Amino acid sequence: MTQADYFADFRDLYQEVILDHGRRPRHARRLESFDRSARGDNPMCGDRIQIWVKMSGEKIGSVGFEARGCAISVASADLLAETVQGQNKEDAKALFEAFCTLARTGTCPSCKRELMKPMKLLAPLSGVHEFPSRVKCATLAWHALIAALDGSKEVSSE
Amino acid sequence: MNIMTNPTALDVDRIRRDFPILAQTVRGKKLVFLDSAASAQKPRAVIDAMAVAMETQYANVHRGLHWMSERTTEAYEATRDAVTELMNASDRSEVVFVRNSTEAINLLAHSYGRGVLKRGQAVLISGMEHHSNIVPWQLLRDAHGIELRVAPITDAGELDMTAFESLLEDGKVGLVAITHMSNVLGSVTPAERIVSIAHAYGAKVMFDGSQAIVHRKVDVRALDCDFYCWTGHKLYGPTGIGVLWGKRDLLERMPPFLGGGDMISSVTYEQSTWAAVPHKFEAGTPAILEGIGLKAAIGYVRAIGYDIMEAHEASLVEHALSRLAGMDGIRVLGNAQQRGGVISFIVDKAHAHDVATLLDRQGIAVRAGHHCAEPLMHRFNLDSTARASFGIYTTHAEVDALVDGLVRVGEFFQ
Repeated sequence: MTQADYFADFRDLYQEVILDHGRRPRHARRLESFDRSARGDNPMCGDRIQIWVKMSGEKIGSVGFEARGCAISVASADLLAETVQGQNKEDAKALFEAFCTLARTGTCPSCKRELMKPMKLLAPLSGVHEFPSRVKCATLAWHALIAALDGSKEVSSE
Repeated sequence: MNIMTNPTALDVDRIRRDFPILAQTVRGKKLVFLDSAASAQKPRAVIDAMAVAMETQYANVHRGLHWMSERTTEAYEATRDAVTELMNASDRSEVVFVRNSTEAINLLAHSYGRGVLKRGQAVLISGMEHHSNIVPWQLLRDAHGIELRVAPITDAGELDMTAFESLLEDGKVGLVAITHMSNVLGSVTPAERIVSIAHAYGAKVMFDGSQAIVHRKVDVRALDCDFYCWTGHKLYGPTGIGVLWGKRDLLERMPPFLGGGDMISSVTYEQSTWAAVPHKFEAGTPAILEGIGLKAAIGYVRAIGYDIMEAHEASLVEHALSRLAGMDGIRVLGNAQQRGGVISFIVDKAHAHDVATLLDRQGIAVRAGHHCAEPLMHRFNLDSTARASFGIYTTHAEVDALVDGLVRVGEFFQ
């Protein structure tokens, strides 16, 4: 039996990309200077994230975060940080809506053409739709990002 | 797989046949249910008792003058007798039916807390309580000026008895409200000592027995405690029915909790008078079918016998602890001398939620999270653990399946 087969039943949720970003997040750091920040809490499971956003004009310059949570929530925060860089607030909100749909249903039929590229990066997280209790793990960082962009300080994924 | 012969007198295979759900497969795999501490599965006897009642003998209780109501009242009230015997209570009027332990503790916080305790007195809980035995006392503290004290636990997960006693010494504690067995650590608290120390300082004692009564015989007269609560669904019974037992003179001193039908003696617009205990605390139509199911659950448990259940679970815990101790990267939380069939653990390389999900992929149901005991998690500098809990139907092979499952999880997260 090959290694891939041995873990086949784990891979639908934990693709290699998720394991990699969950284990070695590239953006898991507090930003020295930032314009926006918010905290996200998932009170049911205790997951928590603080997110920092540095703007570059109207666009998101960089995102950093500190997360306490499972591999899914850390990987999702890290992929978020990679995806939203260079986007303005409206782009980020559209992507947030599309990602939430992806997480809940596994697809995003109404996703606009311009979202295709970032959504491809986020696609490895689509497996959570089969695990209703884990959808919030994937969306927590996004809720925190939108709260930060809207000027809120805290958000709950409940 | 490490095959062990079952060293107890319990015929687990026979027991398992009594629980229809255990034959289910999950994700194409045989169900390994290790989450009984959250809620236990139901034996055929309980399922049938509720179905038969609905099919043959059901009406509202305590009010109808017709045959169906009288028979249903008898069946429902027979559960009160079964609980009285189960707990060795002196009188059936000391058994109050509630929805669950949470409601029992809220009842006590309201009726004893506001009706009997005086401003400036204190309630003493421990550092390993479920939220249901923390939050009602916080509400009481904030509304009624009752101090809330917390007796610390040791690194082993046992109550620090020296600190416990010192918190009682000023005589201000009116009530000790404490778990009889931790839902996270499995630690069983020294109930007799707690009662004798608390009584020496003039404090009453309530035990949250939600976990304990599943694993050991509870004799409230031998314990000499003042209140004891538990919930039916963890003792192989239905959801929606639980018990608050209290010494009769204390229950009589307490004002009602909820008002409504069934709890009154007479009602006028000017004033109402209350029914005698326990009905004073049982407003509204009760959980009739669930009560009938609970009697079947008690009968089932008593037919097996606590000695045999306790020996079976002790053997499972010993087996699980020894196998987990041999695994790299796994740490068990707490190591109390006295413990029941609940084991919390951490996997070094994986978050508890990931562990639970990957075990679930293998058909193994465990709980992960803070287990409604956040302050206890913080005590150990943790946010969450995975928890395996055992029941009368749990086998040694299922413990081995858990260990094998954890080996795979460890390999995956390497």
